[in-house]
Amino acid sequence: MDIVLQQLVNGLTLGSVYGLIAIGYTMVYGIIGMINFAHGDVYMVSAYITAIAIALLTFFGIESFPIILIGTLFLTVAVTGAYGWVIERIAYRPLRNSSRLAVLISAIGMSLILQNYVQLSQGANQQGVPTLLTGAMRIEVGDGFVQITYMKLLILFISLLGMGVLTYVIQKTKLGRMCRATQQDRKMASILGIDTDKVISTVFVIGAMMAALAGVLVTLDYGAFDFYVGFIIGIKAFTAAVLGGIGSLPGAMLGGLILGLSEALFAGLISSDYKDVFSFSLLVLILVFRPSGLLGKPEVEKV
Amino acid sequence: MISINKVDQLYGGTQILWGLDLEIVPGSITCIMGRNGVGKTTLLKAIMGLLPIKSGEITMEGETLNKQSAEKRAYSGIGYVPQGRDIFPMLTVEENLRIGLPVRSKRTKDSPKDIPEKIFELFPVLKDMLHRRGGDLSGGQQQQLAIGRALVLEPKVLILDEPNEGIQPNIVKQIGDVILKLNAEEGLTVILVEQKLGFARRVGKEFRLMEKGRIVAADKMENLNDSLIKQYLAV
Repeated sequence: MDIVLQQLVNGLTLGSVYGLIAIGYTMVYGIIGMINFAHGDVYMVSAYITAIAIALLTFFGIESFPIILIGTLFLTVAVTGAYGWVIERIAYRPLRNSSRLAVLISAIGMSLILQNYVQLSQGANQQGVPTLLTGAMRIEVGDGFVQITYMKLLILFISLLGMGVLTYVIQKTKLGRMCRATQQDRKMASILGIDTDKVISTVFVIGAMMAALAGVLVTLDYGAFDFYVGFIIGIKAFTAAVLGGIGSLPGAMLGGLILGLSEALFAGLISSDYKDVFSFSLLVLILVFRPSGLLGKPEVEKV
Repeated sequence: MISINKVDQLYGGTQILWGLDLEIVPGSITCIMGRNGVGKTTLLKAIMGLLPIKSGEITMEGETLNKQSAEKRAYSGIGYVPQGRDIFPMLTVEENLRIGLPVRSKRTKDSPKDIPEKIFELFPVLKDMLHRRGGDLSGGQQQQLAIGRALVLEPKVLILDEPNEGIQPNIVKQIGDVILKLNAEEGLTVILVEQKLGFARRVGKEFRLMEKGRIVAADKMENLNDSLIKQYLAV
């Protein structure tokens, strides 16, 4: 019993991280119909910016954890957002009217460029940040106990907060309305005066910012990272986006949580060696019965 | 108002518009008519900046539109209701109407926050449906929403592409009344692509007949006679 609960907690935090990154995949797909294969590497870049931000803040003599946390979040989210904007500008916008395949290749190229750029500028070795938040709470369950580190609680809290704020922005604000209109009918949106290029840029920035939130949280929790960490977590988050229904914002969050939970439960109860096999099998199974994902809508052929 | 000079337009490898000239008189209601496939919708799309033209010039009140993006043209005062309406299906009626408010606030002194009451006076049904999704509306209601949404921009020219396709007769009449009212009371210039002769005669003041990507006849609506109809419209 305690192990199930423990893995539920682990799965929830892992899933919320997947969900945060999946948002970038799903929003970009929703608005321009491309899979941004460089998105995982944007996450990777944010891990390095996290380390740089922490180093900078401690260099200026700041030692209080809440201030370091808020400062790091702010710096990392802002700089990673700028990366998102630049990537769209140089790698995707010039290809706006080309075939989807051209943009896809450009994305793969961007992914390689980011990995090599980080490897060259930061070195190929694994890097790390010190553990800043220690301690955990224990809850007695029958004979055993469930242990939740404060860091895991923080991950859960900030991820859910980030998703909540984003959902509000998309559903209730003028910016969100413009994003949704552009997603549904780009031509009509421009006829009504929306600068759709600007909206698309904004979506890339939002996606990068959400990935940066995940980057800060995971880096603080896990400590170590290298220039290749974006690949596997990017694939997982992409899986989460497809699972939830690519193009759907709540779908990405739900997909992330389901993937994280199933992975953690399988690893804890059956075999951690086969956890990825299990989560990808789950994806295949869901797609067999719901080809457009859990919350996705069947593709409507555009005329 | 809108002047089109010697416009050539190619779609894929096929030339659709051939040196097309068209002059829209301010304050008029101009019906562009012709058989299927003569290039009426292509012409409208070229005016809106949705399709690039190969050569020629499109101007609005003396300002060249050729290189302007579609969203810039919205700011210069052109409202467009496309064939098939193109309502944002997952946005509510209210959100559909609000999309044009930033353009409106640049073009008028109205509050940039509120949908003008005029829209609901012209189309009362939109007020009742305010919180329904655009995709849940009937065809006629969607058409009223599409016209209302274009009017939010406070355009000088309203362009309508077959607004009556697949719509029940009482709404067709209502749309005709709205066009005539806006034209009479506010001097709104209207360009209308229309296949139905009855509606065109009731609403239109001018006609332009198209064939093979050119304007082949242009006159006042009362001069649209049977020989022209037989030559260019009858199937």
